[in-house]
Amino acid sequence: MRIIIDIVESGGKMLSFVWGGIILISVIFAGFSQNFAELSQGVLDGAGDAVSLIITLAGIICLWSGIMEIGERCGFTALISKALSPVLSRLFSGISRESKAYKYISMNVSANLLGLGNAATPFGLSAMKELNTLNNNSSVASNEMVLFVVMNTASLQLVPTMIGSLRQSYGSTSPFDVLPCIWISSLCALLVGVLLACVFNGTKSRENL
Amino acid sequence: MEFIIPLFIGITVMFGFIRKVPVFTAFAEGAAKGLITLYKIMPTLIALIIAVNMLKVSGAMDYLCTLLSPIAEMIGFPKEIIPMVLLRPVSGSGSTALLTQIYSDCGPDSFAGRVASVLCASTETTFYAVTVYFGSTGVKKIRHTLWVALLADLTAAVMAVVTVRIFFSI
Repeated sequence: MRIIIDIVESGGKMLSFVWGGIILISVIFAGFSQNFAELSQGVLDGAGDAVSLIITLAGIICLWSGIMEIGERCGFTALISKALSPVLSRLFSGISRESKAYKYISMNVSANLLGLGNAATPFGLSAMKELNTLNNNSSVASNEMVLFVVMNTASLQLVPTMIGSLRQSYGSTSPFDVLPCIWISSLCALLVGVLLACVFNGTKSRENL
Repeated sequence: MEFIIPLFIGITVMFGFIRKVPVFTAFAEGAAKGLITLYKIMPTLIALIIAVNMLKVSGAMDYLCTLLSPIAEMIGFPKEIIPMVLLRPVSGSGSTALLTQIYSDCGPDSFAGRVASVLCASTETTFYAVTVYFGSTGVKKIRHTLWVALLADLTAAVMAVVTVRIFFSI
């Protein structure tokens, strides 16, 4: 799910650069290899392909957003956040477990784990706001902020429904056979991220002392 | 693993009944939210699919892949994955476009198709997440956030290849 949710892109300079760059490279390359005919056909095909992909995605997205909405109203998030508290309270030992910041962090991480992208982002933004207050609205990120954002850029998800559905719609015989691979590699990425963030957080705070 | 989708849906609906959630209404409302999201991302998605398609038919993608294939081979990456590794942290739509391209070119059950799936599912649009989260606060110095996040992405890319090799003994 999240691969789709997060692509409501910020419209930053970076994407303009990437998108424009891809187009220019393609046109220049076609010029060198003299295949403008193919390229002009390709542009139109691409536009058509995009629409058929969107139609495929529309069904898949509706299915999973609908199911996730049921899960959300059942209180899955609160359930998972209770289960995660031994780990999370150690990682964020700098903030009180009763604080709003901790509560939002825990809800955000749980929603991410369940693949509830729609729910995770508002929790995440609230968490950042609280952390910012705890950090006295400083212009330098606090250790907790760094760790929290790093955790959000990793994508550990119990059931990656979106990828499974996409693979199935492209004719995979067993769309979820990659599930163990996804768990292991996303867990490794998360561990590396958290570990590095903690190591650098440690050296930095010692410098400050 | 075929049971996972039906089981997941079944458990959710069952919990809905236990917790007395109006499951049908909830589903319909969730689906509507999903459509709104899709509506919002449609222009971005179309723009990036057109761009990726141009890159492919112009031959530039093949050229780039061939150019980078010595490095890819050295570290055991399928060469089709290299553009994905580069684009994944920058653009979610772009990597979805590449993913479907790989699915239709090599098949979702090919080595490249599997690695691409794992890579896409186990990383996030890093630049987007960092921008959105820090953008909502007044923080100017994000310290080591971006580097650590990108190293985590790299770990995911390496692990995607390693795990697919192990689990599918290729």
